[in-house]
Amino acid sequence: MKELTIDATRENLSAVFTFLQDALTECGAPKKLIRQIKLCVEEIYINIASYAYSPDVGTARILFDTSGIVGGEPPLRAVITFIDSGKPYDPLAKEDPDIGLDLDDTPIGGLGIFIVKETMDDVGYERKDGHNIFRMEKTVDVQAN
Amino acid sequence: MEFEKTNDGKTMNIELIGEIDSMNVTEIEEKLLKEVEGVTDMTFDLKELEYISSAGLRMLLQMQKMMKTQGNMVVINTNEEVMEIFKVTGFVRLLNIA
Repeated sequence: MKELTIDATRENLSAVFTFLQDALTECGAPKKLIRQIKLCVEEIYINIASYAYSPDVGTARILFDTSGIVGGEPPLRAVITFIDSGKPYDPLAKEDPDIGLDLDDTPIGGLGIFIVKETMDDVGYERKDGHNIFRMEKTVDVQAN
Repeated sequence: MEFEKTNDGKTMNIELIGEIDSMNVTEIEEKLLKEVEGVTDMTFDLKELEYISSAGLRMLLQMQKMMKTQGNMVVINTNEEVMEIFKVTGFVRLLNIA
């Protein structure tokens, strides 16, 4: 397992990207998958950086782990977990946006978590011992390289 | 991110290059908002766009809404990966994708 502990600031998004990119590249993830996971990591991380400790700054821990077997059964799965000790916040509790509205009625924003839910294979949230713990999983198809 | 624009007053062509994320979107947004007045035809060329997060989608939606009131906006050369994001989020209907 790999771990990154940083101040949850927007500026540190690039450090989060580097951490994730290195970890995924190491386990043979194709570039397209890395970009898809990166997209989801950005949404969750920016939420923490923007709201968890606002107006103060706190710490975010990002864990990267894998389960399964490369090209086997069960297949290799990337598991990314975000932990902060900020205000209780379950991003999954938010209702999905209505993507069938026309331009005038579509609000600006609110798509981040929806993209995460649609892109990842599995997501989960729990509040435990004063921490927000958000986990997301995606199968890594190394053959797609 | 690189940002290129030709501006003859009414026509504006914007090339979005590389990655648009939460860190660089504000800069792009500010530049566009400064220049958008009087523009009737806006084109976003996404040929070189590799990555766009919801922050970038917000910017495109805001521009599409704004251009609806003063002219026309079109998005061209969308690659397959970006198109997938447009499909998931319903942007294929909201944006004028050529």
